[in-house]
Amino acid sequence: MTVSRTTSYAGIAVVVAVLPLLLDPYWTDVFVSIGLYSVLALSLNIILGQAGLFHMGHAAFYAVGAYVTAIANTMWGVPVLWAMPFAGLAAALFAMLVARPIIHLRGDYLLIVTIGIVEIVRIALINNVFGLTGGANGIFGISRPTLFGFKIAKPVHFYYLVWAYVACSVLLFRRLENSRFGRALNYIKEDDTAAEGSGVNTASYKLWAFVLGAFWAGMTGTIYAAKMTIISPESFSFWESVVLFAIVILGGGSNRGVLLGAFLLIGLPEFFREFASARMLAFGLAMVVMMIFRPQGMLPPMPRFYKLPERIRCVTGKDGGAAAAQVGGEA
Amino acid sequence: MSLLALRNLTKTFGGLVAVNSVSFDVAEGSIVGLIGPNGAGKTTVFNLITGNYKPDSGDIFFDGRTIKGLPTHSIVQMGIARTFQTIRLFQNMSVIENVLAGCHCRMQSGMLAAMLRTPAQKAEERHALTRAARELDFVGLTDEHANLAKNLSYGNQRLLEIARALATDPRFIILDEPAGGMNDQETAALIDTIRAIRDRGITVLLIEHDMSLVMKVCEKLVVLEYGALLAEGAPAAIKDDPRVIEAYLGVDTDD
Repeated sequence: MTVSRTTSYAGIAVVVAVLPLLLDPYWTDVFVSIGLYSVLALSLNIILGQAGLFHMGHAAFYAVGAYVTAIANTMWGVPVLWAMPFAGLAAALFAMLVARPIIHLRGDYLLIVTIGIVEIVRIALINNVFGLTGGANGIFGISRPTLFGFKIAKPVHFYYLVWAYVACSVLLFRRLENSRFGRALNYIKEDDTAAEGSGVNTASYKLWAFVLGAFWAGMTGTIYAAKMTIISPESFSFWESVVLFAIVILGGGSNRGVLLGAFLLIGLPEFFREFASARMLAFGLAMVVMMIFRPQGMLPPMPRFYKLPERIRCVTGKDGGAAAAQVGGEA
Repeated sequence: MSLLALRNLTKTFGGLVAVNSVSFDVAEGSIVGLIGPNGAGKTTVFNLITGNYKPDSGDIFFDGRTIKGLPTHSIVQMGIARTFQTIRLFQNMSVIENVLAGCHCRMQSGMLAAMLRTPAQKAEERHALTRAARELDFVGLTDEHANLAKNLSYGNQRLLEIARALATDPRFIILDEPAGGMNDQETAALIDTIRAIRDRGITVLLIEHDMSLVMKVCEKLVVLEYGALLAEGAPAAIKDDPRVIEAYLGVDTDD
């Protein structure tokens, strides 16, 4: 962990903690949205940014989580936050089922199939699948969450809930990145064949990237359902998937980049509400400019830093000495 | 006893018979060279052994067990490592991360252990890093460990591929044109490296067009032509075999 990274995270944490003191409820709510999109984009980043799998159907997993929460809460009276792990598991299971047969697809082919998945989910929800989803009107009357007896209802409450969730996600995902699992995803992104040839079970890791990303998106769905108290299929359209995809690509695949991307794509349009009709124009222009001048994204991940053990030569012992000395001589 | 045995291995691509009923053995602890003119099917044989291609017929035995039809990562786990003819490094990752890729299949910890940073996970990471550093030292690239793989010279990229393959802790290593793109000095050093690999108890099978390297380092040669086995034997015998000379140089029709 470099100093600059620690300080930048600490700085962000302080700003996030004091921000609601300066904001009215409307702007607090905007920042709740930014937080929700941040977690969603962070979970998509595992699939798209880390493993390089073109997945444009993330809203489908988000929808599964939100609907599982809504159904569990309104029909069976399960407290909202208790539904969170089950929403995650349901989304993860759904991801495992739909991703298993398509995991071998590459690049744009995978992209098209994942777009299909998000559309199928939306249409299934509209058609009141299993008589549970309430059709096009969706489900309303989802109760507010309580945490240790405290009822979370105001925007500022949700603000701290969501951003605490963002902080936990960033911490856990960063640990994941700097591990065998995280490296394996990067190997797959860099060169699928070489990764398999180095002993990485590429099919399995791709599937687990999907499952983990979906689990997190499903849990985020719980918080979304609790915040809105009403959910409908239109909240999980293809467009939501596109926005999440754009956040990750614009951000560049690092966690900080994703947070910045979420702020720019979700927060910035609120500053320019009077130009709302020109929003798409600016959005498209920004994308074109990015792809020309900075195709790797705003903040691409920094290479991992490893401190080599100092006394490797002792470990090497008899074997490598001769060859190493000769090759090293002219290297 | 032979560590690797190919039996009547055949692979066709459409109408082209790339490998035609090839059988040969690689004895444990030896250095064997696979040679032949361009397009003879050498790399296809490598891809069949490592599971990148599935053979149409025939069988491959590693240490007495068939490995036909196994996925590549399982074959690596059994102890067969390889390098690629066209360098396939993880170009935008650091040199040490490339070597750590090889350690992957000898590690256990998964997602949860990584998120919770369990003591076992930390110990395993440390151990893998030591192992990777050791292999980097073995090929002489320790000073480059923090550089990106794409910034290495061509010869060093080939060495890095070897280090990555060695990090999988193999019993058998397959080198596809390891001297390709190397200058004379680098090739001379490579010969020592290949011998040092064998001295660690790892059996070596290599494809190489640099005949001086092949003759110096190999104990046995297998010659392919048009996908079929043309000859096999000691380098000295192969060098004087009229069929091999004909395959490489053609026959003088004026006689």
